[in-house]
Amino acid sequence: MADALLEAQDLRKYFPVTSGGMFSRVKGYVKAVDGVSFSVYPGETLGVVGESGCGKTTTSKLVLTQEAPTSGSLIFKGKDVAQLRGRELKEYRQAVQVVFQDPFSSLSPRMRVGDIISEPLEVHSLMSRQGIKNHVGEVLELVGLPADVSRLFPHEFSGGQRQRIAIARALATNAELIVLDEPVSALDVSIRAHILTLLEELQKELGISYVFIGHDLAAVAHISDRIAVMYLGKIVETAESLELSNNPLHPYTKALFAASLPSHPDEDREEMAISGEVPSALNPPPGCHFHTRCPYYMERCSEEEPRLKEVSQSHTVACFLY
Amino acid sequence: MASDQILVTSPPSGAEHVSAVAHRSLAILREAPKLPVGIILFVALVAIFAPLLAPHDAETSVKPIKIFAPAIYAGGTWDTALGTDFQGRDILSRLIYGARTSLIIGLLGTVFAGILGVTLGIVSGYMGGLWDQVIMRITDAKLALPSLVFGIFLAAVLSPGLWTIILILMIVFWTRYARVIRGEVLSLRERDFVKLAEVTGAGKIRVMFRHILPNIMNTAMVLFSLTVGVAIILEASLSFLGVGVPPPTPTWGNMLADARPTLISERWTLTVAPGICIMLLVLAANLLGDWMRVRLDPQLRNR
Repeated sequence: MADALLEAQDLRKYFPVTSGGMFSRVKGYVKAVDGVSFSVYPGETLGVVGESGCGKTTTSKLVLTQEAPTSGSLIFKGKDVAQLRGRELKEYRQAVQVVFQDPFSSLSPRMRVGDIISEPLEVHSLMSRQGIKNHVGEVLELVGLPADVSRLFPHEFSGGQRQRIAIARALATNAELIVLDEPVSALDVSIRAHILTLLEELQKELGISYVFIGHDLAAVAHISDRIAVMYLGKIVETAESLELSNNPLHPYTKALFAASLPSHPDEDREEMAISGEVPSALNPPPGCHFHTRCPYYMERCSEEEPRLKEVSQSHTVACFLY
Repeated sequence: MASDQILVTSPPSGAEHVSAVAHRSLAILREAPKLPVGIILFVALVAIFAPLLAPHDAETSVKPIKIFAPAIYAGGTWDTALGTDFQGRDILSRLIYGARTSLIIGLLGTVFAGILGVTLGIVSGYMGGLWDQVIMRITDAKLALPSLVFGIFLAAVLSPGLWTIILILMIVFWTRYARVIRGEVLSLRERDFVKLAEVTGAGKIRVMFRHILPNIMNTAMVLFSLTVGVAIILEASLSFLGVGVPPPTPTWGNMLADARPTLISERWTLTVAPGICIMLLVLAANLLGDWMRVRLDPQLRNR
């Protein structure tokens, strides 16, 4: 396979928890992202799943340079993102775009659609005025909206249309990587499939890579080439999308799939429910983070931390069962 | 893919769209409370056409000093409908010219205070950290001073005049804006569209003035209309205390001040007339501000 477009190596982000006040002491750290490694190849989709608080969003913030990693590095096209300055940083921000979950919050209510979409172009002064105008029309048509909606305000659109506008904005600078932060979770079920299909078509046409973050396994499995499952700041399993849905190995992945709706009502599936809550990220359990809720708990799990192990080609899992 | 595309109604063409916007703003105006808008429009028109409306010059005597002579009194004339003051100047003419000073000072003072306060509020809220600390501590210090006393102090230090009063109003009132706007910006900067702009690589100035400013304009407008009334009162108070616009320029405040010795004499129009003018204008400004607050509140807007 070609070189990775984006590669994360042992990425960590710890948020200090202070006691507050002027002379605050650091009481501990929330290990939001704790040693995560993944790579995204050109033209492919990496899905990231996990429940709330598992570090998905922090990971996306790290990729978007909204937060600086505590340690570890992000390599984009062979260059460390943390070292990028000036012109190179601008180029990175041009190449990496994002679509947020809530299209009602991600479009400025006081700007016209055309201004929203052309903003990245203006910021990076990529085109002339007329060029921008034409380009806005092109990307709008690319996402299935008529070009002349650029004069309207976001509140004149439905949720699905707004998400199309958000995607158009991400496409405007010819992005190479788009972080999709739960792009369909806020939409009606009937619209989700449209947006997912649109994203797939755009990928085929333009060869963009996606990092698709979500908690809806069906959607993630549908669109992704590979999936990484996260639990409490760590990746517990990665596999090709089909392999993962047919043969989930990690008990947590199994539980996730058991909890999602079957694709066919008669489908015979392993029943598995996990009990309890996600432990606090401030004070995660020792050993395997999942051992407090794991049905296959062994003594070893609370003493030793399992490492990601390759069980078959491109299928890795962090569990002592394998 | 098709089903939600069908929902896109064809947008109105250019001219239609503009007229739609005009139509909507006209509809909003029609909804505005009649009385306050009427009072403010009336005062504004009077101020603009003062030279045409005033029967006499406002700064020179038209009657011998001892004669009061309002129209309804025996010996009074309609020529000086509300009577003349101690220097024989026509009260009605002075009221008409005074409307100019009051409006100019009230509006410009609040606008300048608004520009300063909104800018500092946005910077404070968006930049955070040291910027926030410094600006907010200055605001705190300013808010600890009573505005009238602080205004008198400034007026005493600076040389008196119209622009001095406007400057004083600006210094006194910017903190109101800064505080409220900062709070609003704190919540706005966490919104996704601001993050999206940052991720895109938009500079801080651009984010502040292209993304945040348009979204706090509602609040700023409400604050503006609520502050106008207070500013007019502060101007009147300063003039009443003798540190405002220097005589002989008429303002409603210094008309009251001039009339102070006559409070218990029969020349009641000297105090009542400017008093009523101030009251009505401030009331109108406050009512309008109150209406705007409700009208522009997104949660109450579409009812």
